[in-house]
Amino acid sequence: MTLAFFFQQLLNAVQLGSIYALIALGYTLVYGVLRLINFAHGDIFMAGAFIGYFVATLLVGVGIGWPWGFILTLLFSMILTALLGVGIERVAYRPLRTAPRLSVVVTALGVGLLLEHIALGAFGASRRNLPPLLPETWMQSVEINIMGEYLSFTWLKVLIIVISLLLMIILQVIVRRTKAGMAMRAISYDKFAVPLMGVPMDRIIAITFILGPSLAAAAGVMYATQYPVIEPYMGLLVGWQAFIAAVVGGIGDIRGAMVGGFILGFVQIFVVALGQFPALSFLSSTYRDLVAYALLLIILVVKPTGIFGVATRQKV
Amino acid sequence: MFKKALPLIVVLSAAALVLTACPTAKGPSEILIGINAEMTGDIPKVGEGTKYAAEIAVEEINSAGGLEVGGKKYPVKIIIEDNESTAEGATAAATKLITQDNVLIMIGAQASKQAIPAGQVANDNECPMISPWSTNPRTTLDRPWVFRGCFLDPFQGPVDAKFAMDELGAKKAAVLYDVASDYPKGLAEEFKKAFEAMGGQVVAFETFTTKDKDFSAQLTKIKAAEPDVLFTPQYYDEVPLIVKQARELGITCPILGSDSWGSAELMKLCGDACKGSFFSTHYAAAGAKGKTKEFIDKYNAKYGYVPDDVGALTYDTMYIAFKAIQDCGKLTGDLKTDRKCVCDALAKIKNFEGITGRMTFTEEGDPIKCAVIVKINDAGEFEFYKSACPEGME
Repeated sequence: MTLAFFFQQLLNAVQLGSIYALIALGYTLVYGVLRLINFAHGDIFMAGAFIGYFVATLLVGVGIGWPWGFILTLLFSMILTALLGVGIERVAYRPLRTAPRLSVVVTALGVGLLLEHIALGAFGASRRNLPPLLPETWMQSVEINIMGEYLSFTWLKVLIIVISLLLMIILQVIVRRTKAGMAMRAISYDKFAVPLMGVPMDRIIAITFILGPSLAAAAGVMYATQYPVIEPYMGLLVGWQAFIAAVVGGIGDIRGAMVGGFILGFVQIFVVALGQFPALSFLSSTYRDLVAYALLLIILVVKPTGIFGVATRQKV
Repeated sequence: MFKKALPLIVVLSAAALVLTACPTAKGPSEILIGINAEMTGDIPKVGEGTKYAAEIAVEEINSAGGLEVGGKKYPVKIIIEDNESTAEGATAAATKLITQDNVLIMIGAQASKQAIPAGQVANDNECPMISPWSTNPRTTLDRPWVFRGCFLDPFQGPVDAKFAMDELGAKKAAVLYDVASDYPKGLAEEFKKAFEAMGGQVVAFETFTTKDKDFSAQLTKIKAAEPDVLFTPQYYDEVPLIVKQARELGITCPILGSDSWGSAELMKLCGDACKGSFFSTHYAAAGAKGKTKEFIDKYNAKYGYVPDDVGALTYDTMYIAFKAIQDCGKLTGDLKTDRKCVCDALAKIKNFEGITGRMTFTEEGDPIKCAVIVKINDAGEFEFYKSACPEGME
């Protein structure tokens, strides 16, 4: 494995991982506050990509291109998807706040299916491609010479990584430094006592459903720029993978979701990459997901609550 | 009152049951053809092309008063079932068409992943089936009731390998394919076998699984192996991802594909990145002549785009089915007898002149026909580049 090859795969892994991390954060935020696994989250990601597609088409149609076209697409997609998220919480989850947890999980699955089929019915099954929001040169490969070998990257990849990291920092600031963030953390600590202290439960939950889906929308737009195929079922597999990332990192913990996302990206890429060594040639890309998920299972066996998770004790 | 009516209801429903069990003694009033198509799921454009082409064929027959069998004209009706581009969906659609809708013959499924299980259902229920587009040998293997309208992977694989070596001058090839899907897997293996037999070297044989979107790890490995050509027998919704990511990673060699590339949607999703690539397919739309051109013009006028190879093959397959029903000579109305009769007639078809070339069925139910290599030109059109025929055909 040459140095260029290693750095190339490292870059691939960071880019893939940053998308997983953004989506995983949505699972973890909602779980932290509501103890609900929001299985509709993958489809919210899909909705974000579709909204991004329509906003981008509109903007490019009226002649707004780089950079404002991209920034506005990202912003509008985040805002509208956040509204969708809040709406889903209001209509589907809030009435079930006191219902058994299983009912809410089943409802979440139902909401996911509903979103998929609304998209299928309204937009059809044919694939869509985001109109060109970035300058052509951003999609072309740029080569750097590392000890005689070339590392290729596109500015798009760098952009995805930078925006993802930026969004994660913003999220950290909101959760750690604002009152709403403090309230969120408090509710995740004790759902019964905190509202008695005058913390508006509904509003804090709504804020959670603004943060999660808007991150998913940002991931959706960037994903659709990097992997130009938008379709109603695009959120399924990515959604599951991000969920797994959140669990591995320790669901409910924000650092956990980020770390989990990057770990999943790294494992998936490097299982394939390590097949390059003759001694590890059994690690072919055919076994990528097998080896990747086996590794993640081992992490969970060693630490059942995930890397950052803390076991909750149930009082009987 | 209801008590009095009860015997009447029982008698009526019994009569209805008898009537549905044997529709008429004198033969059916219409010919039912089932279409098992990929209307939704991963490859909806394939289902759309199937539907449109089948509708054109049926319209042509019905506007001539129907299909003439043994001196009597029957209207043709198609029933379309969506298989959602999944193996399970294809089985369910086939079962419904064959056992509930009682179709005389089933057209589809199209992709091998769907056609292989659907073929099992058709063969078990003794209903003739023709898959217009499935190129995997297993679709028709040991299934006397199953036929196809296209060439096979053991033919297409070597055609691609020979093209890569002779025309592109490749000595080292890389392959990237979906290991979880029958068609790409079969074709990738055939290509590798043929390319190595010709003295070439397959320097990277990389896989992924259906619905993966990120191929950067595999492509980085492929780049490190420095191939002269990249062969990727994937469907049109995955090709743009693979080609774009390959170019982003700095892979500059020619990219070669297979007939699954040939969709109108490919260029919409792929844009400039796919220009200059090659793929083997069933027909080339740009520069077509005669009957082929007539079909293309009709399709384009009606639906606003040039039909894919799936459309052309489905159109041919519909006419093969019509011919077999006609050759059968007589429809008795007894589904079992009629299906057997159509199946036997299909096996006997010789030198059928279709819009995708001349076909003769082998014992396995596979046609012997030529392949075409298409180049995606700078205008984004699928341009005829070279034709490749089996030995003994021109």
